[in-house]
Amino acid sequence: MYQAIVFLPLAGFLIVGLFGTSLGAKASEYITSGLMVVVAALSWVAFFTVALGHTEAFTVPVLRFIDSGSLQADWALRIDTLTAVMLIVVNTVSALVHIYSIGYMHHDPHRPRFFAYLSLFTFAMLMLVTSDNLVQMFFGWEGVGLASYLLIGFWYKKPSAGAAAMKAFIVNRVGDFGFLLGLFGVFVLFGSVQFSTIFANAATYLPAEGAEHAETVMNFLGYHLDKHAAITVVCLFLFMGAMGKSAQVPLHTWLPDAMEGPTPVSALIHAATMVTAGVFMLARLSPLFELSHSALTFVTFIGAFTAFFAATVGLVQNDIKRVIAYSTCSQLGYMFVALGMGFYSAAIFHLFTHAFFKALLFLGSGSVIHAVSDEQDMRKMGGLRKLIPTTYWMMIIGTLALTGVGIPATIIGTAGFFSKDAIIEGAFVGHNAVAGFAFVMLVVAACFTSFYSWRLIFMTFHGKPRATADVMHHVHESPPVMLVPLFILAVGALFAGVVFHEYFIGHHYEEFWKGAIFTAESNHILHDFHEVPMWVKLSPFVAMIAGFAVAYLFYIKSPEAPKRLAEQHRGLYAFLLNKWYFDELYDFLFVQPAKRIGTFLWKRGDGWVIDRLGPDGISARVVDVTNRVVKLQTGYLYHYAFAMLIGVVALVTWMMFGSSF
Amino acid sequence: MTPELLSSLSLLAPELIIAIGALVLLMVGVYSGERANTTVTGLAVAVLLAAGAWMIVFGQDGAAFGGAFVTDGFSRFMKVLTLIGSVVTMIMSVGFAKAERFDKFEYPVLIMLATLGMMLMVSANDMLSLYLSLELQSLALYVVAAINRDSVRSTEAGLKYFVLGALSSGMLLYGISLIYGFTGNTSFEAIAAALSADGNQLGLTFGLVFVLAGLAFKISAVPFHMWTPDVYEGAPTPVTAFFAAAPKMAAMALLVRVTMGAFEPIASDWQQIIVFVAIASMLLGAFAAIGQKNIKRLMAYSSISHMGYALVGLAANSENGVRGVAIYMLIYLVMTLGTFAFILSMRRKDGPVEQISELAGLSSTNPLMATILTILMFSLAGIPPLAGFFAKWYVFLAAMESGLYALAVIGVLASVVGAYYYLRIIKIMWFDEPVGGFVPMAGELRLVLGVSGAFVLLYVLIAGPVGQVAGAAAKSFF
Repeated sequence: MYQAIVFLPLAGFLIVGLFGTSLGAKASEYITSGLMVVVAALSWVAFFTVALGHTEAFTVPVLRFIDSGSLQADWALRIDTLTAVMLIVVNTVSALVHIYSIGYMHHDPHRPRFFAYLSLFTFAMLMLVTSDNLVQMFFGWEGVGLASYLLIGFWYKKPSAGAAAMKAFIVNRVGDFGFLLGLFGVFVLFGSVQFSTIFANAATYLPAEGAEHAETVMNFLGYHLDKHAAITVVCLFLFMGAMGKSAQVPLHTWLPDAMEGPTPVSALIHAATMVTAGVFMLARLSPLFELSHSALTFVTFIGAFTAFFAATVGLVQNDIKRVIAYSTCSQLGYMFVALGMGFYSAAIFHLFTHAFFKALLFLGSGSVIHAVSDEQDMRKMGGLRKLIPTTYWMMIIGTLALTGVGIPATIIGTAGFFSKDAIIEGAFVGHNAVAGFAFVMLVVAACFTSFYSWRLIFMTFHGKPRATADVMHHVHESPPVMLVPLFILAVGALFAGVVFHEYFIGHHYEEFWKGAIFTAESNHILHDFHEVPMWVKLSPFVAMIAGFAVAYLFYIKSPEAPKRLAEQHRGLYAFLLNKWYFDELYDFLFVQPAKRIGTFLWKRGDGWVIDRLGPDGISARVVDVTNRVVKLQTGYLYHYAFAMLIGVVALVTWMMFGSSF
Repeated sequence: MTPELLSSLSLLAPELIIAIGALVLLMVGVYSGERANTTVTGLAVAVLLAAGAWMIVFGQDGAAFGGAFVTDGFSRFMKVLTLIGSVVTMIMSVGFAKAERFDKFEYPVLIMLATLGMMLMVSANDMLSLYLSLELQSLALYVVAAINRDSVRSTEAGLKYFVLGALSSGMLLYGISLIYGFTGNTSFEAIAAALSADGNQLGLTFGLVFVLAGLAFKISAVPFHMWTPDVYEGAPTPVTAFFAAAPKMAAMALLVRVTMGAFEPIASDWQQIIVFVAIASMLLGAFAAIGQKNIKRLMAYSSISHMGYALVGLAANSENGVRGVAIYMLIYLVMTLGTFAFILSMRRKDGPVEQISELAGLSSTNPLMATILTILMFSLAGIPPLAGFFAKWYVFLAAMESGLYALAVIGVLASVVGAYYYLRIIKIMWFDEPVGGFVPMAGELRLVLGVSGAFVLLYVLIAGPVGQVAGAAAKSFF
């Protein structure tokens, strides 16, 4: 069954990728979507047996991969609760996105390619979450990166899509470089890349007082690292990979641009699954990260800062998908704060709920875009509530879940209410140096989240229509094939929290996780976060209400207010609108110097030195020689005779002096 | 007649057939007037074929006239090549002769006499028979080069060839007299015996250089090549084809026999000369051809550099080297005949053309011709798996086996430079704007071009048997 879960999407990719054009678009859609539905159903079966049942974690061997010296890495599927959670997230969303795409992409002539890529992505993601060792994880990691690149650039004739695809790939390479260094570091420290071996030996690296503490175990850039420092360095490198994949500051710049891809892709890859790979990796490697307090503090700081930063940028964006993209970035920051606090289960729980409501928001916005003739600018929308009521209500549900609507201290609430508030409360009780900072940032971000989410709703669905009459005339509700996935996701967005919170972070914690997530002896956050003061429990609620109120005021009551505010604080507005000038900064720091070096090497190095001395130089010399040789052939008989005599004289002379005499 | 004379004459039967045939055909031509060209050409071809058939069927090893004339495997191999060259160029000349009004019956007769000279050259085993056969061939060729009396270029070509040829003959004769003076013999075996007994002497080295210079002139090796481009360009095209094919076979055979036979004991001396001449020929041929616009002139430089490559095999001074030379000459002959069949059919309504630029866009106006010429050019450039590659491979391999690494490396580099002008012709045919097609090819030219292209393309399949035959020929010296 587990082999089927992982390899059926691969089969779908191969069938449709190789024979898609001859099978036709319809057959391609049905094959890939049908396989995904089967896989999703199997995943839920696996979830019930492994996570909710009493099956212990186990490994399904598939193939021998690398066996070279002391390095051994096999293809194997590691099945535990963490994997099972990821399986249902990935496969459910993937199946729904496949089905949704049948409706969304029905104008596109290259559907077989699109569906093949979607299945390829799913396979790579499954390889990642089922990995049994770091090498296999890296294979999946790069596989999803490739699929992401292909899908962002799916409309490759659009220059901006090509550029966005390249940006995503290149920025991710930076993170991957860190991941690779971390992988090598793990191999140096543990002599293995197998998770089971690493986790079994992790305890020997526990920070303890004593003589062996100072023993050098690794050299890096001239530093002699003892055990604790080595673990910290390795964890930071691994986190660097996570920062790239999960779009954390400063490697976040690719995610908003990735919205150039088709909307279902944004929902699947850039909201629900791939971008959470970093979160998954840190949770999977929790036995390592628990060893390094410093690394976790750094993770917390980056997460909190990203949550705040992305929320501020989301406040002023006008592209409907970019708002949601920054929201994703911000929510990922929440997850990393949870990870940094050692609250891995809350991070995975938020990953789980977030997948439902963020996919819902993306697919809903896709439905909006579909309705208004591929317009993405919210300033050209408005007043769509009556025309596409189903989509409207789905978006409302998504927004309620994202903003975490619920009644504090009860179990009445949407999915986001359980997971997000748990993280905020966890931040309050956390023990590391930046916990207080993180708590404030997250509460502020919650307020901003509420504001930009409702701003999106109000600008899109309320007020007067700002689109042309022609566009408004064509506005239509999406077909059922697009709406049904929304309904399913809406159910998840409403109820995933209330149903599962006891398992993920509540009373059934132990029998649910069964040790898939490691927490150190000193880590009491699971108990502590239940016992926070009431004002802490209320703070996200208040922030959410405040955000909603301001949004209502600005976009329903007095639509002139935001414009006035923007003009009063022109500098701040431009700062936010231009995303804190990160792109400009990178352009100045990295892109332009790289281009200058490239141009130098190209013009001077290759063109001037290599070409001039190499191909061009040689061919020019050949022409010179040729011209001289041709001139020798004068046509005069006496020149010819002279040449013959010279030849004889030269040969005779050579033979006289050069040979045996 | 004494039995000795009888057996000598029987060994000489093919040459006698050609000699008698030439005289008879001269009579036929004289008495049937101007229109006899076609008849005489046909009969000449028949006589040459008969001579060849006789040689193949009844040919046996032996020495005639007191060792002045030998027949062995090598001589038969090279004679067959010579006859192929003569016969094919004669056939190819028929159409041209009609169109260009140069249908004189003397032409086939002169070709026959030249061929007779070549046959004797291949078998020459004495300095005197060497000189006489060489002069018989040369005198016929001087006349043939200038046969188009009304053309200034043809006359100039003939005159230049004659004057320089006379100079080279003088050198050759001077060298022979020096060698006779120091060894007291003219027979190759006796010279070799004297050399191995007495060792080398300064005067002998002079003689060696002069003899080799005279022979190098005949194969147009640098620096005795100067006549070649002018004569190739000036002579009527069928004559150029003949010059490029048959005499090269005979002269190369003679050079091999002189070095391997007479001067075998002082191999280290003549090897140096051959190495120098080979390098100079390869490089000059490669570089000078790049600057050419006339395709006949280009083929002149091409043949100069190909002779350089063949000499690489000779320089190796080994059985494999001689085998390489034999194979090289065979493949060179086929490629040259095919290319000249193509050049002869470069003809528009208003007459023949010779400029390379006239080939522009041939692939669209006459794709078949263009394709076959492309194959031939790739082969001349030495691109695997075509025949030209194997030719070079055998000689370079022999050079490497004999430790002449520098020579082999220079040869490979020269062939890289040389590849340029062959590829340029391909580029002009396939990628340039068409300038109009040629008139349809004559049947006999089409046949020659087709057979040549097929041979070059499929050589890889017959490389084994051909190599064995050439190997058997090379055994004659070892």
